[in-house]
Amino acid sequence: MFGRLTWDAIPFHEPIPLITSLVVLIAVGAIGFWVWRKGWWPYLWNEYITSTDHKRIGVMYIVLALLMLVRGFADAIMMRAQQSLAIGASQGYLPPEHYNQIFSAHGTIMIFFVAMPFVIGFMNFVVPLQLGVRDVAFPTMNNVSFWLNASGALLVNLSLFLGEFARTGWLAFPPLSEKAFSPGVGVDYYLVALQISGVGTVLTAVNFVTTILKIRAPGMSYLRMPVFCWTALASNLIMLAAFPVLTVALAQLMLDRYLGFHFFTNDGGGNSMLYMNLIWVWGHPEVYILVLPAFGIYSEVAATFSGKPLFGYRSMVFATMVICIVSYCVWLHHFFTMGAGADINAVFGIASMIIGIPTGVKIYNWLFTMYGGRVRFTVPIYYLIGFMLTFVIGGLTGVLLAIPPVDFIVHNSLFLVAHFHQVIIGGVVFALMAGYTYWFPKAFGFTLDERLGKAVFWCWFIGFHLAFMPLYVLGFWGGTRRMQHISDPSWAPWLHVAFLGAVIIGIGIVLTVVQLLYSIKTRDQRRDVTGDPWDGRTLEWLTLSPPPHYNFAVLPDVHGEEAYWTRKQTAIKEERLIDEPNYQPIEMPINTPTGVIVAFFASVCGFAIIWYIWWLAILGLIGAFAIFVWYAWQDEHEHIIPVDEVRKNARERRRIRMEHLHTISQST
Amino acid sequence: MGLFLFVWGSPRHLGNGGLVNARGGHGHLMRRVAVSGLVYTLAGCNRGILDPIGPVAAAEKQIMINSTAIMLAIIIPTMLATVAIAWWFRRGNKKATYLPDWEYSGAVEMVVWGIPILTIMLLGGITWIGSHDLEPSRPLKSDKPPLKVEVVSLDWKWLFIYPDQGIATVNQLVVPAGTPVSYRLTSATVWNVFWVPQMGTMIYAMPRMTTRLNLQADRLGTFDGLSAHFSGDGFPGMQFKVQSMPADQFAMWAQGARGQGQVLDGRGYAELSKPSSYVKPMIYGSVAPGLFDAVVANRTPPNPVPAQQHNEPATPAGA
Repeated sequence: MFGRLTWDAIPFHEPIPLITSLVVLIAVGAIGFWVWRKGWWPYLWNEYITSTDHKRIGVMYIVLALLMLVRGFADAIMMRAQQSLAIGASQGYLPPEHYNQIFSAHGTIMIFFVAMPFVIGFMNFVVPLQLGVRDVAFPTMNNVSFWLNASGALLVNLSLFLGEFARTGWLAFPPLSEKAFSPGVGVDYYLVALQISGVGTVLTAVNFVTTILKIRAPGMSYLRMPVFCWTALASNLIMLAAFPVLTVALAQLMLDRYLGFHFFTNDGGGNSMLYMNLIWVWGHPEVYILVLPAFGIYSEVAATFSGKPLFGYRSMVFATMVICIVSYCVWLHHFFTMGAGADINAVFGIASMIIGIPTGVKIYNWLFTMYGGRVRFTVPIYYLIGFMLTFVIGGLTGVLLAIPPVDFIVHNSLFLVAHFHQVIIGGVVFALMAGYTYWFPKAFGFTLDERLGKAVFWCWFIGFHLAFMPLYVLGFWGGTRRMQHISDPSWAPWLHVAFLGAVIIGIGIVLTVVQLLYSIKTRDQRRDVTGDPWDGRTLEWLTLSPPPHYNFAVLPDVHGEEAYWTRKQTAIKEERLIDEPNYQPIEMPINTPTGVIVAFFASVCGFAIIWYIWWLAILGLIGAFAIFVWYAWQDEHEHIIPVDEVRKNARERRRIRMEHLHTISQST
Repeated sequence: MGLFLFVWGSPRHLGNGGLVNARGGHGHLMRRVAVSGLVYTLAGCNRGILDPIGPVAAAEKQIMINSTAIMLAIIIPTMLATVAIAWWFRRGNKKATYLPDWEYSGAVEMVVWGIPILTIMLLGGITWIGSHDLEPSRPLKSDKPPLKVEVVSLDWKWLFIYPDQGIATVNQLVVPAGTPVSYRLTSATVWNVFWVPQMGTMIYAMPRMTTRLNLQADRLGTFDGLSAHFSGDGFPGMQFKVQSMPADQFAMWAQGARGQGQVLDGRGYAELSKPSSYVKPMIYGSVAPGLFDAVVANRTPPNPVPAQQHNEPATPAGA
């Protein structure tokens, strides 16, 4: 009846997961109850859960990412604690079967359920605004994508309560992840969760590629799109091509595990090298899926806070697209030590280095964007400079790893761990924190506290270096990754410093929460009434903060690369806004519960597959399909916003803008 | 697979070969702290990949240092310029010139594309040459014939077979100093990476596949080796010692080992294959011929049978 699911699945004998599970359950219950007492459920249901508004969906993605960041960080600090305790004679507090789950979950969660939703969240929130349009191409599908992603996150976290997570590392290499070596439910949790969220990701990619290619404001030609939109386009093109490869690789592994196929097994003619290739054909482009939008955020931040256009815009676009293409030609550098031969290794090594060229160009372009500017040292600029200093070192160690003879002595070592955390924290996380600070007022109408923001920055910056520089050293000493126990007592001081670094990052995460709560509490003093708190240059700053559901009463006419900046300068010079346009009623997509219901059935189906409860799996599939059919038969997908309402809101915005214009004119 | 089957031996304290052993110091705490501190400092500049003991490791370290130097020559000025430019062009600085529309300069573009391209061309050359010179399967130049060693990774220990000597060791690799060693590697279970940081190149040991590696240790002493690819619960205990001894001493060692100790036939191999970790070094005085190839072909019988039956046809039995 319940397949493999028995009472043994609940970790009664393991205090850490048991207590964590109870605390999480109680916390979720308490928050749910509190929201119910406050009477906020209808608001949440109508304005967020069922919303097809790209801004709301973007916010939900980022909330999911921040929640998962806490989970992923809890894993990180447990690993650091174990490695600073389990040295020499001590075995630490985590046995291997638990430690191995933790590092696997850490990697999986941080990449798939922190970095990805964070990046996709920004693309959701920002891209349609920057393109000067009202929504993405497929608003309902957008909502479905989010909920499928959340469904994957739910299943990964469920493994804490019921059963176990994979103990194979975040890429689940076979044959270790095959049934012969990992018979438990852990790898199945991993596979099913990633398959479900992977569907969401591919749908996102379809959505954004279509949006950027087909839906832009009048006059917004390709070479007038803000760089963030370009990087979003590149990133989604990579997603569209790379994620199906991941889906296929994971599906093959599922066939091996569930139906006794032999794609990657040791026997029956299987070959595990095939998986290694497939997973990295996805895995390396994945790095660029994350880092390209990060580069986009830095470009926006650099231009805005330097009070200058981005230096070398065309160069930047070209560099982005070069990375987009070359990112597919480098995957083999993840296994130079497989013995593929000198020619192959050299070609892939050089291809990997070639990515360093456009990346280097970008660094210089940000540098020259600041040159001749009036740099305002706000939180996002801190992250930009922190990134530029950190990332060049990460780039250096990356190029070293791309040289096969050097990779031969640092492959898979703590040097590698330090390298990829340097580019992912220094590159991606810093950008996400910069973007969070930068676009927060646009989303909620008030700014985040600057002092606490800087404290968070310093925690990340100092914490990161303390946590990962020691790992470079230990890599030089011959330290490899994923060690539940350290034999060599002389590593202790470095591991203790690394632990301290993780603690400081933890303080930064706590301060992020404090900053958010404090900023909400003092929001009346930090209102963004103009819609343009940073003296911005791109179209998202043209509308109010938060923007109306339809973003723009009339789609803006774009002239030149910096659509909003040009318009603002003209207004300041002429001391008047453009003539009032002829307002029209606006057609907007209606809310739909499709996404959340599909994701519910997908979660049920996934859960059932993990535990071999076949009747429930079939029920889940039927449920998901039924809601899809129901949605397809709906006639009403849009509602009309009457012209009076549009005009009223637009006039209010013009009044605010005029006031703002007077303030600027008087101050200059 | 029995997850709790493997033996929890006491984790060995791996001191640094050739250096003072910190654990030898008796006496009260302060003295021990002082001694460990000293060892730790010494060890810091004399170990791992920074302290190569053979030609391969030395060449790889050299490439790493050269490439780092080339890149630092670009990166350090860039980092300084980042801080300097950001600070000089801060909003409050009245002396800085504001160029609100400066967004393009052909000359600057040329330089910012030129610098990375030239750097990567240089490093690309190093990569091409280095990849070919240090290709793991390429035999090392030497007037001595290479010693053959066959490496099998098991759950969770290393088996080293000396086919010409007819002996085998577990978690202990004995090599003649100054003589090239030609390795063939495979895995009897999941993937592992054979790595002796001070000898250089690491390489995958993969089931049903053979990889090749050529290394040489010139220095005498005892060095650390490990698996550098996660392979399951006993993974951290998958460490071994490399003993590099003079060639004549090696010959004596091999001679002395032959016929001594246990026999690595089908039965012995089946016993050894059982999951165990932190396994103490052992020696097998005789080895069934063709054992390595049998492991590669997945022909090793699952049950203990005499070694003579190794050449039976391949069985598709589940791993």
